[in-house]
Order: sequence, then C-alpha cells, then structure tokens
Amino acid sequence: MADLKDIKADVVVDARGTYCPGPLMELIKEMRQQPVGAVIEVISGDAGSAKDVPEWLKKVNQEFLGVLEENNYWRIFTKKTKEM
Amino acid sequence: MSKRVVIVGGGVGGTIIANLLAKKMRQEVKKGDVIIDVVSDNPIHFYQPGLLYMLIGLKNQEELTRDERKLLDPMVELHLHPAVKIDKDKNEVHLKNGVILNYDILVIATGSKPAPEVIPGLREGGNWFYELDACLKLRHELMNFKGGKIVLAIGLPHKCPVAPLEVTFMLDDWFRQKGVRDKVEYTYTYPIGRLHGLESVANFAAKTFPERNIKSETLFNMKEVDANKKTITSIEGVTLKYDLLITIPPHKGAQVIEDSGLGQNGFIPTDRYTLKMEGSNNVYVVGDTTNLPISKAGSTAHFESDIIVENIASEIRDGLTPFRYDGKVFCFIETGLTKGTYIMFDYNNPPNVVPPSSLIHWFKLTYNKVYWLTPMGIL
Repeated sequence: MADLKDIKADVVVDARGTYCPGPLMELIKEMRQQPVGAVIEVISGDAGSAKDVPEWLKKVNQEFLGVLEENNYWRIFTKKTKEM
Repeated sequence: MSKRVVIVGGGVGGTIIANLLAKKMRQEVKKGDVIIDVVSDNPIHFYQPGLLYMLIGLKNQEELTRDERKLLDPMVELHLHPAVKIDKDKNEVHLKNGVILNYDILVIATGSKPAPEVIPGLREGGNWFYELDACLKLRHELMNFKGGKIVLAIGLPHKCPVAPLEVTFMLDDWFRQKGVRDKVEYTYTYPIGRLHGLESVANFAAKTFPERNIKSETLFNMKEVDANKKTITSIEGVTLKYDLLITIPPHKGAQVIEDSGLGQNGFIPTDRYTLKMEGSNNVYVVGDTTNLPISKAGSTAHFESDIIVENIASEIRDGLTPFRYDGKVFCFIETGLTKGTYIMFDYNNPPNVVPPSSLIHWFKLTYNKVYWLTPMGIL
C-alpha cells in the first residue's frame, strides 16, 4: 500500500468543526455518490471518527486505507471498491 | 456603470438576500446603480418546516404559502422562469424563456429536494413529508392507520437533520392522544452507530426512546425497498418488515447546477468562510446548495445570507469582502406535541440540548406564524 501521505484523494471532505451531520455521515454520503474506485478522504476533528469509520467500512465491505493523526485532527482515507 | 446582482432561487436564502440587499443599498438601487434580480421557478414561497405540522392536522396548506412577489421588496425584479444554464465564464444566467441575464455578482440559492428514485423501490413503498403532495399522501396513510409496524428510514444527504427525531416524537404523542400507541410498533433507523449525528442530540434520544417505547436500529443505510413484501433492506444487511414506511429520502440539488457543470448532484464546492464558489470571485452560494458538511437547514441559509449581503454591499462600495461565516446554525427540536428544545452551534462551539420545555415549544409555534418576517429581511 502506498504511504498515506502520498495519497491524493479524489474527494476530500473537511468535516472539522462541522458537528452536524458529522464525519461518518459525510463519508456515507460520498461513498454512495462517488464512482467505484474513488478515494475519499475525510478530515475530522473528532477522535471517535477514526474508530467509527473503519467499523462501518468493515460492515459494508468497503476499503479502509488508513488514518493519519495530525495536530488535533485525523485524516481518514477510504476507497470505494464496489457499488452500494 | 450599474452593478447587477442576480439571485437564482426564491427560497428562504434567495429571498432574504434580495430583501436585505435592497434595504441595505436602498439609495444605490433607487438611482439604478445597483439592480437586483431574483430568478425562481415558483410563484409561491413555501414554508417547508410547516409540513411537519400539516402531517398531523396542526397546519393547513394556506398557512404555509405566500406569494413570492409580495414577499419581495418592490425594487427587486422577479423572473418567474426557471434558470436552465449558468455560464460562470460569461457571467450569464440563461432562463427557460430565452432571456439571458448578465450579472456582476451571482448568488446561487437553488436548494435541494428529495430524490427517492435513488433508492430502488423507495418511491413505490415509502412515504415522506418533505414535499407538499407527499405530505398529503402520508397524512392520508396516518389518518387511516389502525396499528402495525412503522419504520422510519433516512437517506443522505437530507435537509433539516433534526426532522427525523421530531416526527418520531410528534407521532409518538399523536398516537398516544388517539389512544392507539399500544397498537403501533415504531422503529427509528439511523445511518450511523448512534441515534443522531450530533452527539448531544443522540444522547438525548438514547435516554428518551426507551421511556417512550421507540425501537431503534442504528447503522442502517437504505439499499432497497420491496413494496410488495413491505420490507426495507439496508446496505449493512438488515431487513425490516413494515406496514407503513416513513422515509427522509436522500436529497439532490437543482438540475441546473449539474447541467452547468457547477457541482456533483447539484451541490457546489464552496468556501466555508467566504461562501464564495470555489475558484470564483463573484459567485456566492447559500443554504442547501453548498457542498459544506454542515446542516442543510433554513437557519443555516438565514445566517449565511447575513454574511453574503454584507460582503456584496461591501464589495460594490469598497471592493472588499471582509465578513466571514462562522458556521452558525440554530434548530428547534419538537420533542412531542407539547414540549420542545433547541440546539445552537458554530464551527468552534458544539451544541448542547437544553431540557425540553413548553416555553420553547410555544416559541417554535410562534415562529411558525411569524416566519414570513424572515424572508422579508425583518426577523
């Protein structure tokens, strides 16, 4: 797998400071709207997202590429691997 | 040389901006130095939050509608022809009747609407209350509902993020008032692993649901509906049976946005502080039309409108746009038919749910009556 820092996402959702609907809801929305193969990066200021996102991806069989912890925020990388 | 501000969309955001700008720049507008145009495909302005009340016979259609022309400042020109193309390179808005409006500054306020067709079977099997005709149909279903399984299912994105909870609490009370609550099994589903996107609201619901015998199924994202078997299946692999399916369908933005290449699914990439379309200096985006990961709600459009108006006036007069949107959102939450609460938050301050009270509920009912002052730029 490529180094996460080198990944250029097709879609970046910066959900920092946006409490509603929230990072996982934004990811679900993008997962449904983007084409298969799209790499989606969600930036979250909520540590819980780094846990919630992989759990949901596992449940729906989509790919979790990894998470980069930055200064008080998390960059979560995912890939849509099949239609949903 | 005069400056022309064209606003595409006659909903709450577009109407507020037109009226506030006309008021703020009255002298320039009177002299013809500033021209304000609103483009809308509908002569009627509709108060969408009122549908929640109309659903159970607490409002009628007449209370929720006003003539858009009468809401607009007389100095604002209204074009009742849909925009079919926005050419940002030529600064043009093309209307269906062939008229082309050239603009110096454009505001896009085209909103969003339910798109049940995105989920197979949802249009056939589901009922929703976010649009007038659908609300009337669901109202009919509810009035004739003798008991059974009700499932509430939610698509993303959707506007008014607290409405799923509100309709749940209000129907719970309504069935109790009718004396049939014990015959109704109500299941509230939600896309993520808790009962609402906002943690404090989710905690409130988690405490309240057991007390009111409301069942829940989290991590439930609609995949398909079988209207014949009366089942709904999630992409997470759970199937629920229903007698009445209430849904908040996933939403889409306006077709003209997609057709003009301005944004996928009708939502436009927007700067979260300036509210300008990304890559543009003279196009603002307001309300549901932005792709910002914030609540699609009337209050969001309202607070954004204040900033956009200040910046448009400042830009025309001084060439500066110093005002910044801080992410402010305010939402009432009805917790039944007699009490309500509210949440308020911005980019830096998360919300907290205050204890529900009759006072807040009555405040909301009052706002429902005086809402018209908001698009008029008074409240």
